[in-house]
Amino acid sequence: MSKSFLIDTTRCTACRGCQVACKQWHDLPAEKTINRGTYENPADLSFNTYKLVRMREEVINRKLNWLFFPEQCRHCIEATCLETAGDPEAIYRDDKTGAIIFANTKRLNADEITEIIESCPYNIPRKGPDGTLAKCDMCIDRVVNGLVPACVATCPTGAMNFGDRNEILALAGKQLAVAKKKYPKAMLIDADDVSVIYLVAYEPKLYCDDAMASNAVFDITRQMALKQMIRPLTNIASRLL
Amino acid sequence: MTNHWIDIKNSDCILIMGSNAAENHPISFKYVQMAQEKGAKLISVDPRFTRTSSKADIYTALRSGTDIAFLGGMIKYILDKKLYNKEYVANYTNAPFIVGKAFKFRNGLFSGYEAKNRKYDKSKWAFDMDSKGVPKMDRSLKNSRCVLKLLKKHFSRYNTKLVSEITGTPESDLVKVYKTYAATGAMGKAGTVMYAMGWTQHTVGVQNIRTMAMIQLLLGNMGVAGGGVNALRGESNVQGSTDHCLLWHIWPGYLKTPRASNVSLAAYNKKWTPKSNDPLSANWWQNYPKYSVSLLKSFFGENATKANDFGYDWLPKVDDGTDYSWLTLFDEMYKGTIKGFFAWGMNPACSGANSNKTRKAMENLDWMVNVNLFDNETGSFWKGPGMNPSTIKTEVFMLPACVSVEKEGSITNSGRWMQWRYQGPKPLGNSLSDGHIIMQLGHKIKEVYKEGGVFPEPILNLKWDYETNGEYDAHKVAKEINGYFTRDVKVKGKLCKKGTLVPSFAWLQADGSTSSANWLYCHSYTEKGNMSARRSKVDAPNNIGLYPNFAWCWPVNRRIIYNRASVDPKGQPWDKKDWVIRFAGNVENGKYVSKKWIGDVPDGGWYPLENPDGTKRKDAKHPFIMRKHGHGQIFGPGRADGPFPEHYEPLECPIEKNLMNKQRMNPTAPVYGTDADAYLTCDPRFPFVSTTYRVSEHWQTGLMTRPQPWLLELQPQVFVEMSEELGKLRGFKNGERVIVSSARGTLECTAIVTKRFKPFKIAGNTVHQVGIPWHYGWRWPESGAEESANLLTPSTGDPNTRIPETKAFMVNVTKK
Repeated sequence: MSKSFLIDTTRCTACRGCQVACKQWHDLPAEKTINRGTYENPADLSFNTYKLVRMREEVINRKLNWLFFPEQCRHCIEATCLETAGDPEAIYRDDKTGAIIFANTKRLNADEITEIIESCPYNIPRKGPDGTLAKCDMCIDRVVNGLVPACVATCPTGAMNFGDRNEILALAGKQLAVAKKKYPKAMLIDADDVSVIYLVAYEPKLYCDDAMASNAVFDITRQMALKQMIRPLTNIASRLL
Repeated sequence: MTNHWIDIKNSDCILIMGSNAAENHPISFKYVQMAQEKGAKLISVDPRFTRTSSKADIYTALRSGTDIAFLGGMIKYILDKKLYNKEYVANYTNAPFIVGKAFKFRNGLFSGYEAKNRKYDKSKWAFDMDSKGVPKMDRSLKNSRCVLKLLKKHFSRYNTKLVSEITGTPESDLVKVYKTYAATGAMGKAGTVMYAMGWTQHTVGVQNIRTMAMIQLLLGNMGVAGGGVNALRGESNVQGSTDHCLLWHIWPGYLKTPRASNVSLAAYNKKWTPKSNDPLSANWWQNYPKYSVSLLKSFFGENATKANDFGYDWLPKVDDGTDYSWLTLFDEMYKGTIKGFFAWGMNPACSGANSNKTRKAMENLDWMVNVNLFDNETGSFWKGPGMNPSTIKTEVFMLPACVSVEKEGSITNSGRWMQWRYQGPKPLGNSLSDGHIIMQLGHKIKEVYKEGGVFPEPILNLKWDYETNGEYDAHKVAKEINGYFTRDVKVKGKLCKKGTLVPSFAWLQADGSTSSANWLYCHSYTEKGNMSARRSKVDAPNNIGLYPNFAWCWPVNRRIIYNRASVDPKGQPWDKKDWVIRFAGNVENGKYVSKKWIGDVPDGGWYPLENPDGTKRKDAKHPFIMRKHGHGQIFGPGRADGPFPEHYEPLECPIEKNLMNKQRMNPTAPVYGTDADAYLTCDPRFPFVSTTYRVSEHWQTGLMTRPQPWLLELQPQVFVEMSEELGKLRGFKNGERVIVSSARGTLECTAIVTKRFKPFKIAGNTVHQVGIPWHYGWRWPESGAEESANLLTPSTGDPNTRIPETKAFMVNVTKK
């Protein structure tokens, strides 16, 4: 059974414990930041920042809201980055967990890297100084050892949840029903397509530019379409080997 | 907290005011949201929209320093609409007490004011007594001099229109909050308040909290699950440190520090032991001498004898009428009277109000010992901004302390839970635990005094044996805190052997046969073991999240204090679902014939006030057992600034007149007079209200968080938050550096221009407010450009506690 997250933003208080826990577990360096007139920091996801709590002040129905959105890789069920790379040694899907793992993106050339970045419907992968890519890895080393991801372990309010996909889908349905009582427009974002399901109270784009897939139906790039066409051949080839 | 963290989940309405729990107590929000999921309403009242407000069902703003006006309006609303819990108020509070004719309130002053000393003669506020010396009462609440009637008269001025003009809160919002919160006065409903420094750090800090406590009494919310008055402590063990006498005016367990006029132990005990003539009043403090003598026995051991007043004369006495609070200490240091200083786990150069004064004061020291994890702005004050090291003679010693996880011991959290923690890694380098440092210091001082001294007895007679194999032993201290039998003695018909641990404070004696370094903690470490190390996750039979065998809680493991008020006079819970305790004794012919309480540990195991048939019992006690007369105090004649709260403006405010009465500021608030104590109110040079606060990402003065790159990444710079309207008015761009100044100092900040602050309409005028986090200091980050917000704050404070007024003062903001 693959794994999924439910990120219930109606419960998120933006304490940002998840953001720090992510850096701590992956031993990622802090970025040199300045206060840009907002609490949100760093300014964007990066090669060294896999998780970033977006904080937006939005007036909705004449009422001020402070919307929080812990942004991270969605671990898509049909992942365009993986398809675009077309090289399981560079990017693969871990069958047990469903995690999309950037294993060895050194194998990809600069054009391929750019293409992968552009292919992501959520604008997640980030390129490092050495030209490789980085993003959330679902704390796969923790998960295969029976732990939940670091961000989930640290969350005090139940905004971050993790478990078997069927359990998370059930929880998402339950939490959505709870949220709808207070927020009639509450919804789950792209629940069928991703392993990281967000529950939001309002329109997704108010939370974060790339909260929802850039095209509701997963768009297929030309290169991807080509690769999909030739895939049966490569599969046969690998079997022959 | 009268209740505890988990209990928040039992509430029907949570008021978060004077605190910002989502940001500063993030884990509490687990329980807040559990309550919300069950239908509870969350109300957030704060000058600015916070992360707490983002989760609230109702948010509204008020101008900093106007909480009494806001809450006073709620008292009027509750009384006008008769929403109070009448049975509770009539039976358990002092609402029926008759107040003497000498009590008056006129022109913003209570009777008994002495302008010269800025003090009240509190004898003018006394209750009328009957011939037996018991307060006269009218439980029908009709007598015109009863507390409830006087309360109604006092708050009759607090109409929503006037309150709105003072607070800047729209009238419609006031009514919405009042209505929602007052609904918890219904039987079986509970409302709770989560407050912190936003209420305490004012010249009316104590009265802010009293106003809320009065509301809780009126609504019957004290003692019940999901109710109470809940102070969110700003540090994991600040409750413990207060219990063990962090403050100058108390000894461990809230005993009084003796005054010079308490010339002997007998005089001391007589002065501080309250007397009640009401047989139905438990008046628990009548046991005072048992606790004071047991404390002296723990200080001096065998050397404390009846013949020498158990060493009472060896302890320092404070002069009558003076105070030794933080503000006064630094005032004296500034004047040059204090020459030596231990800064122990503190960073006053950044944490104290009016930091320029504090830092300058340190120049007058001969020596300073800085005990801390890292060097800080205090230990390095002599090379800080504006200092000339070559002219500063203060010698600074740095003693490196280890981190909390590197030592064994207990912490006591906000909910009064004492929790034992084992040692993780060993202390790094040559750092030591505080216990080690204190023990060694004690040994050295004893050595020096053996050679002679002006007054060696206190030091030489001090019992100082908290080591095992030469190492500090936290268990020995914990046992000392609990207390021992000092000789074979028969108590409650049982022979107690010398050297065994006292089972609970009910066993402590005033004859020297017991010791206890803190009577409130007597029961925490007994012959049954270390109660605070328990970790059972089994709940009590009432299933309200008490977890009685997880850790230990003072007093005597009672998780919700004043819980005798959660039941009706017959001992049955007001709230049948989330009940705290219930009386389950046997009944014969309509009378209780055996004693049995179930649920939480009851506030005293006496019979309920009434039998099932409604007859009164003579062997019962009123529920508020720590009060002399056994009743919750709606009228509080013990406070320095009046028996009822009254709205006064902060020392520095934006309006020339208090719209509520003729006194602009609290007439009893302390004012200091050195050249560093500048105050400017209603001055066009400082037109904006300012407040200070914390953020999730930093802690206290930031000593443990500013050097942490991951946290600094999140909140790299000190900032000033302001409304878009103010940004426009002064031409500030979001994110630009600006200068904030007050009568006392200046601070460079990054401007956050935000929708989360809105200008207030105060008495017809637009008043802008700004806010600044106080976590920063020049020592770190490396730029040295991020300084403490306390450079701006005034050194005045509450007349009861002298906590400084760092939450409401006046500033200007200008372009850099």
